[in-house]
Amino acid sequence: MKNEAAKEKIGFGALLVATLVIVVPVILIVGLIIARGFGALSWEFLFTMPRDGMKAGGIFPAIVGTFILVVTSIAFALPIGVMAAVYLHEYARENLLTRIINLAIINLAGVSSVVFGLFGFSLFVIFLKFGVSITAGALTLGIMTLPVIITTTREALRAVPQSYREVSFSLGASRWQTVRHAVLPFATPGILTGAILSVGRVAGETAPILFTVAAFYLPRLPHSLGDQVMALPYHLYITTTQIPNVPEGYRYGTALVLVGLVLIVNVAAVILRSKMRHRK
Amino acid sequence: MSAGGISIRDLNIRWGGESVLRGLNLDIVPNELLSIIGPSNSGKTTFLRSLNRLNDLDPGISKTGRILLDGRDIDREIGIEELRKRIGMIFALPIPLPISVYDNVTYGPRLAGVRGKDTLDRIVEDSLKAAFLWDEVKDRLKSSGQKLSGGQQQRLCIARTLALEPDVILFDEPCSGLDPISTAKVEDSMLELRKRHTIVLVTNNTKQAARVGTRTAFFLMGEMVEVGQTGLIFTSPADKRTEDYIVGRFG
Repeated sequence: MKNEAAKEKIGFGALLVATLVIVVPVILIVGLIIARGFGALSWEFLFTMPRDGMKAGGIFPAIVGTFILVVTSIAFALPIGVMAAVYLHEYARENLLTRIINLAIINLAGVSSVVFGLFGFSLFVIFLKFGVSITAGALTLGIMTLPVIITTTREALRAVPQSYREVSFSLGASRWQTVRHAVLPFATPGILTGAILSVGRVAGETAPILFTVAAFYLPRLPHSLGDQVMALPYHLYITTTQIPNVPEGYRYGTALVLVGLVLIVNVAAVILRSKMRHRK
Repeated sequence: MSAGGISIRDLNIRWGGESVLRGLNLDIVPNELLSIIGPSNSGKTTFLRSLNRLNDLDPGISKTGRILLDGRDIDREIGIEELRKRIGMIFALPIPLPISVYDNVTYGPRLAGVRGKDTLDRIVEDSLKAAFLWDEVKDRLKSSGQKLSGGQQQRLCIARTLALEPDVILFDEPCSGLDPISTAKVEDSMLELRKRHTIVLVTNNTKQAARVGTRTAFFLMGEMVEVGQTGLIFTSPADKRTEDYIVGRFG
Protein backbone atom coordinates (compact mmCIF):
# COMPACT_ATOMS: atom_id res chain seq x y z
CA MET A 1 0.00 0.00 0.00
CA LYS A 2 2.72 2.46 0.96
CA ASN A 3 4.49 1.63 -2.26
CA GLU A 4 1.35 2.44 -4.26
CA ALA A 5 0.98 5.82 -2.60
CA ALA A 6 4.63 6.67 -3.30
CA LYS A 7 4.22 5.66 -6.92
CA GLU A 8 1.20 7.89 -7.22
CA LYS A 9 3.09 10.83 -5.76
CA ILE A 10 5.96 10.34 -8.20
CA GLY A 11 3.47 10.02 -11.07
CA PHE A 12 1.64 13.21 -10.23
CA GLY A 13 4.94 14.94 -9.65
CA ALA A 14 6.08 14.03 -13.15
CA LEU A 15 2.81 15.35 -14.61
CA LEU A 16 3.19 18.59 -12.66
CA VAL A 17 6.76 19.08 -13.92
CA ALA A 18 5.59 18.47 -17.49
CA THR A 19 2.88 21.09 -17.06
CA LEU A 20 5.37 23.60 -15.65
CA VAL A 21 7.71 22.98 -18.56
CA ILE A 22 4.91 24.19 -20.81
CA VAL A 23 3.78 27.13 -18.72
CA VAL A 24 7.11 28.60 -17.66
CA PRO A 25 8.45 29.41 -21.15
CA VAL A 26 5.15 31.09 -22.07
CA ILE A 27 5.34 33.28 -18.99
CA LEU A 28 9.00 34.05 -19.66
CA ILE A 29 8.37 34.98 -23.29
CA VAL A 30 5.40 37.19 -22.56
CA GLY A 31 7.17 38.70 -19.55
CA LEU A 32 10.30 39.44 -21.56
CA ILE A 33 8.36 41.05 -24.40
CA ILE A 34 6.33 43.20 -22.04
CA ALA A 35 9.34 44.18 -19.92
CA ARG A 36 11.44 45.25 -22.89
CA GLY A 37 8.77 46.43 -25.27
CA PHE A 38 6.24 48.23 -23.11
CA GLY A 39 8.41 51.32 -22.78
CA ALA A 40 8.45 51.77 -26.55
CA LEU A 41 4.71 51.92 -26.85
CA SER A 42 3.42 55.37 -27.55
CA TRP A 43 0.93 57.16 -29.74
CA GLU A 44 3.74 57.91 -32.15
CA PHE A 45 4.95 54.29 -32.22
CA LEU A 46 1.53 52.91 -33.02
CA PHE A 47 0.22 55.47 -35.47
CA THR A 48 3.08 57.01 -37.44
CA MET A 49 5.39 55.94 -40.24
CA PRO A 50 8.94 54.69 -39.58
CA ARG A 51 11.73 57.29 -39.77
CA ASP A 52 15.56 57.34 -39.96
CA GLY A 53 15.88 54.02 -41.83
CA MET A 54 13.38 52.35 -39.50
CA LYS A 55 15.46 53.11 -36.42
CA ALA A 56 12.81 55.48 -35.12
CA GLY A 57 9.26 56.59 -35.66
CA GLY A 58 6.32 54.22 -35.68
CA ILE A 59 5.22 50.91 -37.14
CA PHE A 60 1.80 51.98 -38.35
CA PRO A 61 2.10 50.54 -41.90
CA ALA A 62 3.16 47.14 -40.52
CA ILE A 63 0.19 47.05 -38.15
CA VAL A 64 -2.20 47.95 -40.94
CA GLY A 65 -0.50 45.46 -43.28
CA THR A 66 -0.82 42.56 -40.86
CA PHE A 67 -4.42 43.50 -40.13
CA ILE A 68 -5.26 43.55 -43.85
CA LEU A 69 -3.51 40.21 -44.42
CA VAL A 70 -5.41 38.58 -41.56
CA VAL A 71 -8.78 39.86 -42.76
CA THR A 72 -8.27 39.02 -46.44
CA SER A 73 -6.79 35.57 -45.91
CA ILE A 74 -9.47 34.54 -43.41
CA ALA A 75 -12.16 35.94 -45.70
CA PHE A 76 -10.82 33.62 -48.36
CA ALA A 77 -10.03 30.55 -46.27
CA LEU A 78 -12.95 30.44 -43.82
CA PRO A 79 -15.79 29.95 -46.34
CA ILE A 80 -13.82 27.45 -48.40
CA GLY A 81 -12.60 25.53 -45.37
CA VAL A 82 -16.05 25.39 -43.78
CA MET A 83 -17.67 24.29 -47.02
CA ALA A 84 -15.05 21.58 -47.53
CA ALA A 85 -15.53 20.32 -43.99
CA VAL A 86 -19.32 20.30 -44.36
CA TYR A 87 -18.99 18.34 -47.56
CA LEU A 88 -16.57 15.83 -46.07
CA HIS A 89 -18.51 15.32 -42.84
CA GLU A 90 -22.15 15.73 -43.86
CA TYR A 91 -22.31 14.63 -47.48
CA ALA A 92 -19.42 12.43 -48.59
CA ARG A 93 -19.58 8.74 -47.84
CA GLU A 94 -16.40 7.19 -46.60
CA ASN A 95 -14.53 5.84 -49.62
CA LEU A 96 -11.09 5.85 -51.19
CA LEU A 97 -11.45 9.41 -52.48
CA THR A 98 -12.43 10.91 -49.12
CA ARG A 99 -9.65 8.96 -47.44
CA ILE A 100 -7.13 10.43 -49.90
CA ILE A 101 -8.55 13.91 -49.31
CA ASN A 102 -8.27 13.47 -45.55
CA LEU A 103 -4.69 12.30 -45.91
CA ALA A 104 -3.95 15.33 -48.08
CA ILE A 105 -5.38 17.67 -45.44
CA ILE A 106 -3.24 16.13 -42.73
CA ASN A 107 -0.16 16.42 -44.91
CA LEU A 108 -1.00 19.99 -45.87
CA ALA A 109 -0.96 20.82 -42.16
CA GLY A 110 2.52 19.38 -41.87
CA VAL A 111 4.11 21.29 -44.77
CA SER A 112 6.57 23.88 -43.49
CA SER A 113 5.55 27.48 -44.00
CA VAL A 114 8.51 28.43 -46.17
CA VAL A 115 7.37 25.84 -48.70
CA PHE A 116 3.98 27.53 -48.76
CA GLY A 117 5.80 30.79 -49.42
CA LEU A 118 7.67 29.31 -52.36
CA PHE A 119 4.48 27.71 -53.67
CA GLY A 120 2.58 30.99 -53.41
CA PHE A 121 5.41 32.81 -55.13
CA SER A 122 5.50 30.48 -58.12
CA LEU A 123 1.71 30.06 -58.46
CA PHE A 124 0.21 33.42 -57.54
CA VAL A 125 3.06 35.87 -58.09
CA ILE A 126 4.65 34.40 -61.24
CA PHE A 127 2.21 32.04 -62.95
CA LEU A 128 -1.05 33.86 -62.28
CA LYS A 129 0.77 37.21 -62.57
CA PHE A 130 -0.69 38.70 -59.38
CA GLY A 131 2.75 40.12 -58.66
CA VAL A 132 4.01 40.65 -55.13
CA SER A 133 0.69 41.81 -53.72
CA ILE A 134 -1.87 41.51 -50.95
CA THR A 135 -3.84 39.11 -53.18
CA ALA A 136 -0.90 36.75 -53.57
CA GLY A 137 0.01 36.93 -49.88
CA ALA A 138 -3.54 36.48 -48.63
CA LEU A 139 -4.12 33.47 -50.89
CA THR A 140 -0.84 31.89 -49.75
CA LEU A 141 -1.66 32.46 -46.08
CA GLY A 142 -5.21 31.25 -46.69
CA ILE A 143 -4.08 27.97 -48.21
CA MET A 144 -1.64 27.50 -45.35
CA THR A 145 -4.42 27.89 -42.79
CA LEU A 146 -7.03 25.76 -44.60
CA PRO A 147 -6.11 22.51 -42.81
CA VAL A 148 -6.60 24.18 -39.42
CA ILE A 149 -10.01 25.50 -40.42
CA ILE A 150 -11.13 22.22 -42.01
CA THR A 151 -9.99 20.12 -39.06
CA THR A 152 -11.57 22.31 -36.37
CA THR A 153 -14.78 22.71 -38.38
CA ARG A 154 -15.02 18.96 -38.75
CA GLU A 155 -14.52 18.51 -35.02
CA ALA A 156 -17.28 21.07 -34.42
CA LEU A 157 -19.62 19.20 -36.77
CA ARG A 158 -18.76 15.92 -35.10
CA ALA A 159 -19.71 17.42 -31.73
CA VAL A 160 -23.28 18.07 -32.90
CA PRO A 161 -25.28 15.03 -31.74
CA GLN A 162 -26.29 12.64 -34.51
CA SER A 163 -29.77 12.65 -32.99
CA TYR A 164 -30.27 16.28 -34.11
CA ARG A 165 -29.81 15.17 -37.68
CA GLU A 166 -32.19 12.23 -37.23
CA VAL A 167 -34.84 14.50 -35.74
CA SER A 168 -34.47 16.93 -38.61
CA PHE A 169 -34.69 14.19 -41.23
CA SER A 170 -37.67 12.64 -39.48
CA LEU A 171 -39.46 15.99 -39.80
CA GLY A 172 -39.11 15.88 -43.56
CA ALA A 173 -36.06 18.11 -43.89
CA SER A 174 -33.74 17.64 -46.82
CA ARG A 175 -30.05 17.05 -46.27
CA TRP A 176 -29.15 20.67 -46.92
CA GLN A 177 -31.97 21.92 -44.67
CA THR A 178 -30.71 19.62 -41.95
CA VAL A 179 -27.16 20.92 -42.29
CA ARG A 180 -28.36 24.50 -42.44
CA HIS A 181 -30.87 24.39 -39.55
CA ALA A 182 -29.99 21.45 -37.30
CA VAL A 183 -26.19 21.24 -37.57
CA LEU A 184 -24.42 24.47 -38.54
CA PRO A 185 -26.10 26.74 -35.94
CA PHE A 186 -24.84 24.45 -33.18
CA ALA A 187 -21.38 24.02 -34.70
CA THR A 188 -20.75 27.75 -35.13
CA PRO A 189 -18.94 28.28 -31.79
CA GLY A 190 -16.56 25.45 -32.65
CA ILE A 191 -16.03 26.79 -36.16
CA LEU A 192 -15.17 30.18 -34.66
CA THR A 193 -12.51 28.48 -32.57
CA GLY A 194 -10.89 27.33 -35.79
CA ALA A 195 -11.01 30.85 -37.15
CA ILE A 196 -9.36 32.13 -33.96
CA LEU A 197 -6.51 29.64 -34.25
CA SER A 198 -6.04 30.67 -37.87
CA VAL A 199 -5.84 34.36 -37.00
CA GLY A 200 -2.92 33.70 -34.67
CA ARG A 201 -1.14 31.64 -37.28
CA VAL A 202 -1.75 34.05 -40.16
CA ALA A 203 -0.69 37.11 -38.14
CA GLY A 204 2.49 35.49 -36.94
CA GLU A 205 3.89 33.79 -40.03
CA THR A 206 6.86 35.32 -41.82
CA ALA A 207 7.89 32.79 -44.43
CA PRO A 208 4.71 32.64 -46.54
CA ILE A 209 4.61 36.42 -46.96
CA LEU A 210 8.34 36.77 -47.55
CA PHE A 211 8.15 36.29 -51.33
CA THR A 212 4.49 37.06 -51.89
CA VAL A 213 3.54 40.36 -50.28
CA ALA A 214 5.89 41.71 -47.64
CA ALA A 215 7.62 45.02 -48.29
CA PHE A 216 10.96 45.83 -46.73
CA TYR A 217 10.16 49.49 -46.32
CA LEU A 218 6.97 51.11 -47.58
CA PRO A 219 6.08 54.25 -45.67
CA ARG A 220 2.54 54.55 -46.99
CA LEU A 221 -0.67 52.63 -46.73
CA PRO A 222 -1.80 50.28 -49.52
CA HIS A 223 -4.39 51.56 -51.99
CA SER A 224 -5.55 48.27 -53.51
CA LEU A 225 -5.21 44.50 -53.25
CA GLY A 226 -2.45 44.74 -55.84
CA ASP A 227 -0.16 46.66 -53.48
CA GLN A 228 2.59 45.35 -51.27
CA VAL A 229 2.35 45.90 -47.53
CA MET A 230 4.65 45.84 -44.56
CA ALA A 231 3.79 43.23 -41.96
CA LEU A 232 4.69 42.94 -38.27
CA PRO A 233 6.54 39.60 -38.24
CA TYR A 234 8.60 40.49 -41.31
CA HIS A 235 9.26 43.96 -39.94
CA LEU A 236 10.49 42.37 -36.73
CA TYR A 237 12.75 40.08 -38.72
CA ILE A 238 14.38 42.87 -40.74
CA THR A 239 14.79 45.29 -37.84
CA THR A 240 16.48 42.50 -35.91
CA THR A 241 18.76 41.06 -38.60
CA GLN A 242 19.03 43.42 -41.57
CA ILE A 243 19.42 46.85 -40.05
CA PRO A 244 22.19 47.58 -37.56
CA ASN A 245 21.64 49.53 -34.37
CA VAL A 246 17.85 49.47 -34.18
CA PRO A 247 16.99 50.27 -30.55
CA GLU A 248 15.95 47.23 -28.53
CA GLY A 249 12.70 48.85 -27.39
CA TYR A 250 11.67 49.37 -30.97
CA ARG A 251 12.04 45.67 -31.76
CA TYR A 252 10.40 44.39 -28.61
CA GLY A 253 7.67 46.96 -29.04
CA THR A 254 6.95 45.47 -32.46
CA ALA A 255 6.79 41.99 -30.94
CA LEU A 256 4.48 43.24 -28.19
CA VAL A 257 2.13 44.80 -30.73
CA LEU A 258 2.07 41.54 -32.72
CA VAL A 259 1.26 39.47 -29.65
CA GLY A 260 -1.25 42.05 -28.46
CA LEU A 261 -3.02 42.18 -31.82
CA VAL A 262 -3.49 38.41 -31.87
CA LEU A 263 -4.61 38.51 -28.25
CA ILE A 264 -7.21 41.19 -28.94
CA VAL A 265 -8.65 39.25 -31.89
CA ASN A 266 -8.74 36.06 -29.81
CA VAL A 267 -10.47 37.71 -26.87
CA ALA A 268 -13.02 39.31 -29.19
CA ALA A 269 -13.74 35.95 -30.81
CA VAL A 270 -14.02 34.20 -27.45
CA ILE A 271 -16.53 36.81 -26.27
CA LEU A 272 -18.50 36.41 -29.50
CA ARG A 273 -18.43 32.63 -29.10
CA SER A 274 -19.66 32.63 -25.52
CA LYS A 275 -22.41 35.09 -26.46
CA MET A 276 -23.56 32.66 -29.16
CA ARG A 277 -23.54 29.81 -26.66
CA HIS A 278 -25.68 31.74 -24.20
CA ARG A 279 -28.16 32.86 -26.81
CA LYS A 280 -29.67 29.44 -27.30
CA MET B 1 -61.01 7.88 -47.33
CA SER B 2 -58.92 7.69 -44.24
CA ALA B 3 -55.20 7.71 -44.90
CA GLY B 4 -52.33 6.05 -43.12
CA GLY B 5 -52.51 2.39 -44.07
CA ILE B 6 -49.21 0.58 -44.42
CA SER B 7 -48.59 -2.73 -46.14
CA ILE B 8 -45.33 -4.57 -45.61
CA ARG B 9 -44.51 -7.29 -48.12
CA ASP B 10 -41.64 -9.79 -47.70
CA LEU B 11 -39.46 -7.32 -45.83
CA ASN B 12 -35.92 -8.51 -45.11
CA ILE B 13 -33.35 -6.23 -43.53
CA ARG B 14 -29.66 -6.94 -43.18
CA TRP B 15 -27.15 -4.93 -41.23
CA GLY B 16 -23.48 -5.43 -41.97
CA GLY B 17 -24.20 -8.82 -43.56
CA GLU B 18 -26.26 -9.98 -40.59
CA SER B 19 -29.99 -10.60 -40.90
CA VAL B 20 -31.99 -8.42 -38.50
CA LEU B 21 -35.47 -8.88 -39.93
CA ARG B 22 -36.76 -11.80 -41.98
CA GLY B 23 -39.83 -12.41 -44.15
CA LEU B 24 -42.07 -9.81 -42.60
CA ASN B 25 -45.60 -9.47 -43.98
CA LEU B 26 -47.91 -7.14 -42.11
CA ASP B 27 -50.82 -4.81 -42.82
CA ILE B 28 -51.28 -1.80 -40.59
CA VAL B 29 -54.73 -0.34 -41.08
CA PRO B 30 -55.64 3.35 -40.80
CA ASN B 31 -56.35 4.63 -37.30
CA GLU B 32 -55.21 1.59 -35.41
CA LEU B 33 -52.59 1.60 -32.69
CA LEU B 34 -50.28 -1.30 -33.31
CA SER B 35 -47.94 -2.12 -30.45
CA ILE B 36 -44.80 -4.07 -31.18
CA ILE B 37 -43.35 -5.95 -28.26
CA GLY B 38 -40.42 -8.29 -27.96
CA PRO B 39 -37.03 -8.59 -26.28
CA SER B 40 -33.99 -6.50 -27.26
CA ASN B 41 -32.40 -7.27 -30.63
CA SER B 42 -35.61 -8.63 -32.06
CA GLY B 43 -35.65 -6.07 -34.88
CA LYS B 44 -38.47 -3.86 -33.55
CA THR B 45 -36.69 -0.53 -33.87
CA THR B 46 -35.07 -1.48 -37.17
CA PHE B 47 -38.54 -2.26 -38.48
CA LEU B 48 -39.89 1.05 -37.25
CA ARG B 49 -37.04 3.02 -38.81
CA SER B 50 -37.58 1.27 -42.13
CA LEU B 51 -41.11 2.72 -42.30
CA ASN B 52 -39.87 6.32 -42.59
CA ARG B 53 -36.62 5.28 -44.29
CA LEU B 54 -34.46 6.54 -41.46
CA ASN B 55 -32.41 3.40 -41.93
CA ASP B 56 -31.23 4.91 -45.22
CA LEU B 57 -28.87 7.11 -43.19
CA ASP B 58 -26.84 4.03 -42.29
CA PRO B 59 -24.97 2.76 -45.36
CA GLY B 60 -24.50 -0.62 -43.64
CA ILE B 61 -28.21 -1.42 -43.81
CA SER B 62 -29.75 -3.08 -46.83
CA LYS B 63 -33.29 -4.24 -47.39
CA THR B 64 -35.41 -6.24 -49.79
CA GLY B 65 -39.18 -6.36 -50.09
CA ARG B 66 -41.73 -3.60 -50.40
CA ILE B 67 -43.43 -1.18 -48.06
CA LEU B 68 -46.57 0.57 -49.31
CA LEU B 69 -48.12 3.67 -47.76
CA ASP B 70 -51.73 3.86 -48.91
CA GLY B 71 -50.83 1.71 -51.88
CA ARG B 72 -47.73 3.66 -52.95
CA ASP B 73 -44.24 2.18 -52.72
CA ILE B 74 -42.26 4.32 -50.23
CA ASP B 75 -38.98 3.72 -52.06
CA ARG B 76 -40.16 4.48 -55.57
CA GLU B 77 -43.45 6.32 -55.63
CA ILE B 78 -43.11 8.79 -52.74
CA GLY B 79 -40.36 11.38 -52.27
CA ILE B 80 -38.38 10.77 -49.09
CA GLU B 81 -39.19 14.20 -47.64
CA GLU B 82 -42.90 13.78 -48.33
CA LEU B 83 -42.79 10.31 -46.80
CA ARG B 84 -41.27 11.64 -43.59
CA LYS B 85 -43.84 14.41 -43.37
CA ARG B 86 -46.63 11.85 -43.62
CA ILE B 87 -44.96 9.39 -41.23
CA GLY B 88 -43.76 11.21 -38.13
CA MET B 89 -41.46 9.71 -35.51
CA ILE B 90 -40.98 10.04 -31.77
CA PHE B 91 -37.62 8.79 -30.52
CA ALA B 92 -36.76 6.89 -27.37
CA LEU B 93 -35.08 9.86 -25.76
CA PRO B 94 -36.76 13.23 -26.13
CA ILE B 95 -34.58 15.33 -28.40
CA PRO B 96 -35.70 18.95 -28.49
CA LEU B 97 -33.32 20.98 -30.62
CA PRO B 98 -31.54 23.67 -28.58
CA ILE B 99 -33.92 26.32 -29.85
CA SER B 100 -37.13 27.76 -28.39
CA VAL B 101 -40.29 25.74 -27.79
CA TYR B 102 -41.96 27.75 -30.54
CA ASP B 103 -39.16 27.13 -33.03
CA ASN B 104 -39.10 23.43 -32.19
CA VAL B 105 -42.77 23.05 -33.02
CA THR B 106 -42.56 25.08 -36.21
CA TYR B 107 -39.34 23.40 -37.40
CA GLY B 108 -41.05 21.00 -39.81
CA PRO B 109 -43.66 23.43 -41.19
CA ARG B 110 -41.09 26.23 -41.64
CA LEU B 111 -38.78 23.99 -43.66
CA ALA B 112 -41.77 22.81 -45.66
CA GLY B 113 -42.33 26.41 -46.66
CA VAL B 114 -45.15 27.44 -44.29
CA ARG B 115 -44.93 31.21 -43.70
CA GLY B 116 -46.95 33.82 -41.86
CA LYS B 117 -46.96 34.48 -38.15
CA ASP B 118 -50.69 33.84 -37.72
CA THR B 119 -50.50 30.46 -39.43
CA LEU B 120 -47.45 29.40 -37.44
CA ASP B 121 -48.97 30.67 -34.18
CA ARG B 122 -52.04 28.56 -34.80
CA ILE B 123 -49.96 25.49 -35.66
CA VAL B 124 -48.02 25.91 -32.40
CA GLU B 125 -51.16 26.26 -30.29
CA ASP B 126 -53.01 23.38 -31.97
CA SER B 127 -50.03 21.02 -31.84
CA LEU B 128 -49.17 21.78 -28.23
CA LYS B 129 -52.79 21.34 -27.21
CA ALA B 130 -52.99 18.00 -28.98
CA ALA B 131 -49.85 16.91 -27.13
CA PHE B 132 -51.32 18.05 -23.77
CA LEU B 133 -48.52 20.53 -23.28
CA TRP B 134 -50.10 23.90 -24.12
CA ASP B 135 -51.18 24.85 -20.59
CA GLU B 136 -47.74 24.11 -19.18
CA VAL B 137 -45.69 26.06 -21.73
CA LYS B 138 -47.96 28.71 -23.23
CA ASP B 139 -46.20 31.42 -21.19
CA ARG B 140 -42.71 30.39 -22.17
CA LEU B 141 -42.86 29.60 -25.84
CA LYS B 142 -39.69 31.64 -26.35
CA SER B 143 -37.58 29.74 -23.82
CA SER B 144 -35.41 26.82 -24.85
CA GLY B 145 -37.06 23.47 -25.47
CA GLN B 146 -34.21 21.85 -23.59
CA LYS B 147 -35.17 23.67 -20.38
CA LEU B 148 -38.40 21.66 -20.06
CA SER B 149 -38.63 18.56 -17.88
CA GLY B 150 -38.09 15.13 -19.46
CA GLY B 151 -41.80 14.36 -19.79
CA GLN B 152 -42.53 17.83 -21.16
CA GLN B 153 -39.69 17.44 -23.66
CA GLN B 154 -41.19 14.21 -24.97
CA ARG B 155 -44.59 15.84 -25.36
CA LEU B 156 -42.86 18.76 -27.11
CA CYS B 157 -41.42 16.22 -29.55
CA ILE B 158 -44.92 14.83 -30.08
CA ALA B 159 -46.23 18.34 -30.74
CA ARG B 160 -43.35 18.96 -33.15
CA THR B 161 -44.33 15.85 -35.10
CA LEU B 162 -48.04 16.75 -35.02
CA ALA B 163 -47.28 20.15 -36.50
CA LEU B 164 -46.80 18.44 -39.85
CA GLU B 165 -50.21 16.73 -39.56
CA PRO B 166 -48.85 13.27 -40.34
CA ASP B 167 -51.08 10.32 -41.17
CA VAL B 168 -48.88 7.89 -39.28
CA ILE B 169 -46.85 8.39 -36.09
CA LEU B 170 -44.09 6.01 -35.09
CA PHE B 171 -43.22 5.80 -31.40
CA ASP B 172 -39.87 4.19 -30.60
CA GLU B 173 -40.02 3.27 -26.90
CA PRO B 174 -41.15 6.83 -26.14
CA CYS B 175 -41.37 6.33 -22.38
CA SER B 176 -38.17 4.43 -21.73
CA GLY B 177 -36.58 7.42 -19.99
CA LEU B 178 -39.67 8.77 -18.24
CA ASP B 179 -41.14 8.45 -14.76
CA PRO B 180 -44.61 6.85 -14.32
CA ILE B 181 -46.49 10.16 -14.20
CA SER B 182 -44.87 11.46 -17.37
CA THR B 183 -45.45 8.06 -18.94
CA ALA B 184 -49.15 8.28 -18.14
CA LYS B 185 -49.33 11.71 -19.80
CA VAL B 186 -47.61 10.46 -22.94
CA GLU B 187 -49.96 7.46 -23.02
CA ASP B 188 -52.96 9.77 -22.65
CA SER B 189 -51.85 11.72 -25.68
CA MET B 190 -51.33 8.48 -27.62
CA LEU B 191 -54.89 7.36 -26.84
CA GLU B 192 -56.15 10.74 -28.04
CA LEU B 193 -54.00 10.64 -31.19
CA ARG B 194 -55.29 7.17 -31.99
CA LYS B 195 -58.56 8.76 -33.04
CA ARG B 196 -57.06 10.59 -36.01
CA HIS B 197 -53.71 8.94 -36.73
CA THR B 198 -52.32 5.52 -37.39
CA ILE B 199 -49.84 4.74 -34.64
CA VAL B 200 -47.08 2.18 -34.48
CA LEU B 201 -45.62 1.85 -31.00
CA VAL B 202 -42.46 -0.07 -30.22
CA THR B 203 -42.23 -0.73 -26.52
CA ASN B 204 -40.31 -2.85 -24.07
CA ASN B 205 -43.13 -2.41 -21.61
CA THR B 206 -45.71 -5.12 -22.28
CA LYS B 207 -48.17 -3.49 -19.87
CA GLN B 208 -48.02 -0.34 -21.94
CA ALA B 209 -48.88 -2.34 -25.05
CA ALA B 210 -51.82 -3.85 -23.19
CA ARG B 211 -53.00 -0.40 -22.08
CA VAL B 212 -52.93 1.51 -25.34
CA GLY B 213 -52.74 -0.92 -28.27
CA THR B 214 -55.66 -2.00 -30.44
CA ARG B 215 -53.48 -4.73 -31.92
CA THR B 216 -50.19 -6.13 -30.72
CA ALA B 217 -47.40 -7.83 -32.63
CA PHE B 218 -44.72 -9.97 -30.99
CA PHE B 219 -41.24 -9.90 -32.54
CA LEU B 220 -38.50 -12.37 -31.66
CA MET B 221 -35.01 -12.65 -33.14
CA GLY B 222 -35.90 -10.81 -36.35
CA GLU B 223 -39.21 -12.55 -36.99
CA MET B 224 -42.78 -11.66 -36.23
CA VAL B 225 -44.10 -14.54 -34.18
CA GLU B 226 -47.71 -13.41 -34.17
CA VAL B 227 -50.00 -10.42 -34.41
CA GLY B 228 -53.57 -10.04 -33.21
CA GLN B 229 -56.08 -8.08 -31.17
CA THR B 230 -54.36 -6.85 -28.02
CA GLY B 231 -56.95 -8.52 -25.79
CA LEU B 232 -56.39 -11.87 -27.47
CA ILE B 233 -52.60 -11.69 -27.48
CA PHE B 234 -52.53 -11.05 -23.76
CA THR B 235 -55.19 -13.60 -22.77
CA SER B 236 -54.79 -16.48 -25.20
CA PRO B 237 -51.73 -16.12 -27.43
CA ALA B 238 -51.50 -18.64 -30.25
CA ASP B 239 -47.79 -19.21 -29.86
CA LYS B 240 -46.05 -20.63 -26.80
CA ARG B 241 -43.15 -18.16 -27.19
CA THR B 242 -45.52 -15.20 -27.00
CA GLU B 243 -46.99 -16.52 -23.80
CA ASP B 244 -43.54 -17.10 -22.33
CA TYR B 245 -42.52 -13.55 -23.11
CA ILE B 246 -45.70 -11.98 -21.76
CA VAL B 247 -45.62 -13.82 -18.48
CA GLY B 248 -41.94 -12.95 -18.19
CA ARG B 249 -40.18 -16.25 -18.65
CA PHE B 250 -37.58 -14.59 -20.87
CA GLY B 251 -36.68 -11.22 -22.35
